[in-house]
Amino acid sequence: MKPEDILALQNEPACAHNKKSKSGCARPQPGATQGGCCFDGARNALLPIADCAHIVHGPIGCAGSSWDNRGTRSSGADLYRIGMTTDLNEMDVIMGRGEKRLYRAIRQAVETKKPAAVFVYATCVPALHGDDIDMVCKTAAEKFGVPVVPVDGAGFYGNKNLGNRVAADVVYRHVIGSREPDPVPETARRPGIAVHDVNLIGEWNVGGEFWNVAPLFDELGLRILCTLSGDSRFREVQTMHRAEANMVVCSKAMLTVARRLNEDYATPFFEGSFYGVKDTSQAFRDFARLLNDPDLTARTEALVKREEARVEAALEPLRQQLRGKRVLIFTGGYKSWSIVSAMQDLGMVVVATGTEKSTEEDKARILDLMGPEARMISDNDQTELLRTFHETRADIMVAGDRYIYPTLKSRIPFLDIDHVRSIGYAGYAGMIELGHRLCSAIKSPIWDQVRKEAPWRPAA
Amino acid sequence: MAEVIPNTKSLAVNPLKVSQPIGASLAFMGLSRTMPLEHGARGCTSFNKLFFMRHFDEPIPLQTTAMDMLTTVLGPDDNVVEALATIAEKNAPEVVGLITTGLSETQGADIPRTIKAFRAAYPQYDQMAVVPVNATDTMGCLESGFALAVEAIIAELVPDRWETVHRPWQVNVLASSMLTPGDLEALREWIELFGLSPIFLPDVADSLDGHLIPEGFSTLTYGGTSRDAIAAMGQSAATLVIGPSLNRAADLLKQRTGVPDHRFGGLMGLDDCDALTQTLADLSRRPVPPRLERQRTQLLDALVDCNFHFGDTPVAIAADSDLLGVFCRFLHGLGADVVSAVSSTPSPRLAGLPVAKVQVGDLEDLENAAAAHGAQLLITNSHGAEIARRLKVPLLRAGFPLYDIAGGHARAWIGYRGSRQTLFEMSNLLQSHRQEIKPHRSIFWDGTPRMAETGGVR
Repeated sequence: MKPEDILALQNEPACAHNKKSKSGCARPQPGATQGGCCFDGARNALLPIADCAHIVHGPIGCAGSSWDNRGTRSSGADLYRIGMTTDLNEMDVIMGRGEKRLYRAIRQAVETKKPAAVFVYATCVPALHGDDIDMVCKTAAEKFGVPVVPVDGAGFYGNKNLGNRVAADVVYRHVIGSREPDPVPETARRPGIAVHDVNLIGEWNVGGEFWNVAPLFDELGLRILCTLSGDSRFREVQTMHRAEANMVVCSKAMLTVARRLNEDYATPFFEGSFYGVKDTSQAFRDFARLLNDPDLTARTEALVKREEARVEAALEPLRQQLRGKRVLIFTGGYKSWSIVSAMQDLGMVVVATGTEKSTEEDKARILDLMGPEARMISDNDQTELLRTFHETRADIMVAGDRYIYPTLKSRIPFLDIDHVRSIGYAGYAGMIELGHRLCSAIKSPIWDQVRKEAPWRPAA
Repeated sequence: MAEVIPNTKSLAVNPLKVSQPIGASLAFMGLSRTMPLEHGARGCTSFNKLFFMRHFDEPIPLQTTAMDMLTTVLGPDDNVVEALATIAEKNAPEVVGLITTGLSETQGADIPRTIKAFRAAYPQYDQMAVVPVNATDTMGCLESGFALAVEAIIAELVPDRWETVHRPWQVNVLASSMLTPGDLEALREWIELFGLSPIFLPDVADSLDGHLIPEGFSTLTYGGTSRDAIAAMGQSAATLVIGPSLNRAADLLKQRTGVPDHRFGGLMGLDDCDALTQTLADLSRRPVPPRLERQRTQLLDALVDCNFHFGDTPVAIAADSDLLGVFCRFLHGLGADVVSAVSSTPSPRLAGLPVAKVQVGDLEDLENAAAAHGAQLLITNSHGAEIARRLKVPLLRAGFPLYDIAGGHARAWIGYRGSRQTLFEMSNLLQSHRQEIKPHRSIFWDGTPRMAETGGVR
């Protein structure tokens, strides 16, 4: 990818970062940083498309330690769980055989795995080497009769966030708009309920958590053309241009898809979250609002009322245990404000939150929720984070998996909220799960055991 | 405090309980050059021998007085005398454990008189000790039979006098039936780390750990605590009692020897392990060795790493009371929720367990309670395998018998290392069986390839 292409990707008019300092796209400091690369972000964004072959074109370092490492779940097809890489060796590099190897690799994947499509992820070595991945993919697609999509997101282009954008751009240019949706099945038509087509963008179905919410879409008559990309299929991604409304669920990373659908097809979109009771209800209300269907609005209100009442009964005993407990949130890719509001729903006090990847707008919402004393942590340094934890007299840390062991070894309760987890927290039911997990983490009797001195040691 | 619910069923279904004679025989198997002799019908011993063979993968020394209908009616005393003489002649053991069964107890066997008759008739075998144990299988369980035998061994083989000679480095260990040969090996190392020398009563590790000997096969025990060592228990600095089922035996030992004792409910989990380590440090007047400190910190590490798997996780346990107590306390310390605790027999100690209820009963009780409360992990013997299959939950095999795995007897559960390994294993079992959120298949997928993926099954 050329430098100007990368710059162009970093320009996202719909992103609040775009106007102010691009803190979310900050340059890492060599020797004192952590976090993934562009390739990591690109593959993470597309890997949940479950019926595709995902081939990593590069030496073993790129895929060998990272294949099948996501918590995203599929309701059927499972090709995405199969690790595939061209495993480039020294001779491939010296002799310039990378392209040939890639071509054969695609053929092998198509012949043995029958994928709906093939995604080919470029990595640093072939990018440096100058493999023409676009050409190989084009030739292979023609030859084998299967879509082969090049994802040019080599690691050294930038951070994970940029990789998400590369993925979004690739999907928009190569996949979306290449097929019309299936007709609504007769069996799914119900008298008096109009069917609206919608998309979810940036929902990853971590631990199958979207299945907590999906039945409610069915109930309301909202047909999800595609979830980009949790539990999705290639043929669904192709139809995304026909939705009547879009919801951007997770990070800003896929925002570009929503913006361009809005520009090219006039599809309205909103940003929301399925974490927490309030936000989940708000998401359904926002769909009703954008779709401008009074009947849907009425049915949505009824559904929200029913679900909130149901979840309330289960949450009350949890709230009694969690009330006043102090939580430090460092959520990485998730919208911090959404997690903040979910914790507050549970009666907890949020003492600080990470804003490393939050936009200015996110930060404003956090201020709104937490008040002017809100402590925001933009640094991702672990020692600093632990210091803040103690300073704020927190009871539990909620963060991504990268932070789990420094925290646990410091004898501090921890709740994992990363994408590699296998427990779902989305939707009304997810909130109950979240409450349970928080309770058992905080009140686990092991903390007393691990914090006390051995009996033969005099107390400090 | 737990509510103890008595067993009121007429029919025991999938019994958890194993008989007292089995437990008594097991205790004798931890003595050197010994033959347990069950006073009952031949079939009792046949079952018991096979039970142990399958559990330990060892040839098991176990004999029977082979009561038949005629001798039972006319008086089976001659059978006992004949059996003792035969064993003495053929196997020349140092100790014979003479264990009654439900049959001989009901018949009214007078064991002391029988032994007297044997002594009178065969003075040439006076060197062979005979230790009688009343162990009817109409009462108790494996654990209590084992404890009765330990008590009888003390009564018969430990001199009833307060010794003037003392060995300050020597400690007695009364080891309950819940301790496996692997446990006893770990316990021996633990004690020896402090420069102390243990006498185990009994020592099933020395005999039933599973080791090949040059002779190949022996009709007596392959090892175990010698009579001499048992006779010297009065010279020890202290007695460590592991398992409350041995409290009565411990009382007797203290009364006969005056050796002070230290009693432990079990040796699993941080607090249990710290208690023994502290006691050993006190007895030896030595600092806790760095190796043990390291193992302790490894257990702490495992506790924090694995904490996610246990919080409020429903677990169902069935075992004899010592082992049940150990698991209940260990899991309680992990934050798990013991939704079903089943004990094979009543015991006054059950009420003190940190669970809501203890059911005295069988594996059907375990299965019903586990199903009703959605237990995610079962802990019981190999008979739990079918239950685990029916309930689709994992099984951690512990107790007696373990017949469908290799090396069950060799496993060490106790100590910092054993506790850590148990923690890991329970975590792995829970993790591999965790129920994830069920996929939702949309009504809008009807007739599309999406439904074909699952053969149209929603």
